[in-house]
Amino acid sequence: MVEIKVDTREAECPAVAANITVDCRGETCPVPLVEVRKAIRKAAPGDVIEVIGTHPASKKEIPMAVEALELELLSVEGSDADWTIRIRR
Amino acid sequence: MADKATLIAHSGDMDKIYSALIIGNGALAMGMEASIYFTFWGLQRLRKDNALSMPKGGLEKGPLSKMHMLGLGKLMIEQRMDKANVASLEKLMADFRELGGKIIACEMTMEIMGISRDDLREDLIDDYGAVGTYIQEARESAITLFI
Repeated sequence: MVEIKVDTREAECPAVAANITVDCRGETCPVPLVEVRKAIRKAAPGDVIEVIGTHPASKKEIPMAVEALELELLSVEGSDADWTIRIRR
Repeated sequence: MADKATLIAHSGDMDKIYSALIIGNGALAMGMEASIYFTFWGLQRLRKDNALSMPKGGLEKGPLSKMHMLGLGKLMIEQRMDKANVASLEKLMADFRELGGKIIACEMTMEIMGISRDDLREDLIDDYGAVGTYIQEARESAITLFI
């Protein structure tokens, strides 16, 4: 019997590095949505797009667009006025 | 029904051109196709900005639909929009076209108002059409609006 020990105390969940970052802080409707769409068009399949923004409605609407475009929503973090959304194309 | 938004910009008012371009961009951003038909007063916004032209041409040159007050109201709204960091119509138009949106100029309006293709910003226009072109596109669009 071989005993296998795995120490995970120092390990972190492997964060997926973003291939593209969209900074739309300070932008208002419809710019965050539009910039995300542009980034998705430029991304290769499998690429991770990280969007940071401050427009409250876009925090709800970018995930809606991601669903409509049938892409993968990896995470939505932060407050309504300061958020980060990660998408996989 | 195709996932398409077909809009008519009949008004040349600045606030309504904003509505048309914002909705068009939203549709494109959410994965739809979009086109905007510029007709009548709306077509004035596709005219080159020539100081002598009447009514005034130019994308940003439309009056406010309400409370224009000889330009004073528009100035106030523009200042507020600036503060809120609202994108310019030029940027919204450039984004719309970059995302694959189509701009169509109404040929009958051109005839009535004596506007030639030379008078228009041809760099913004994808096609020239009449009502048949609109109906053909609108009949298969999930969204169509008259603005």
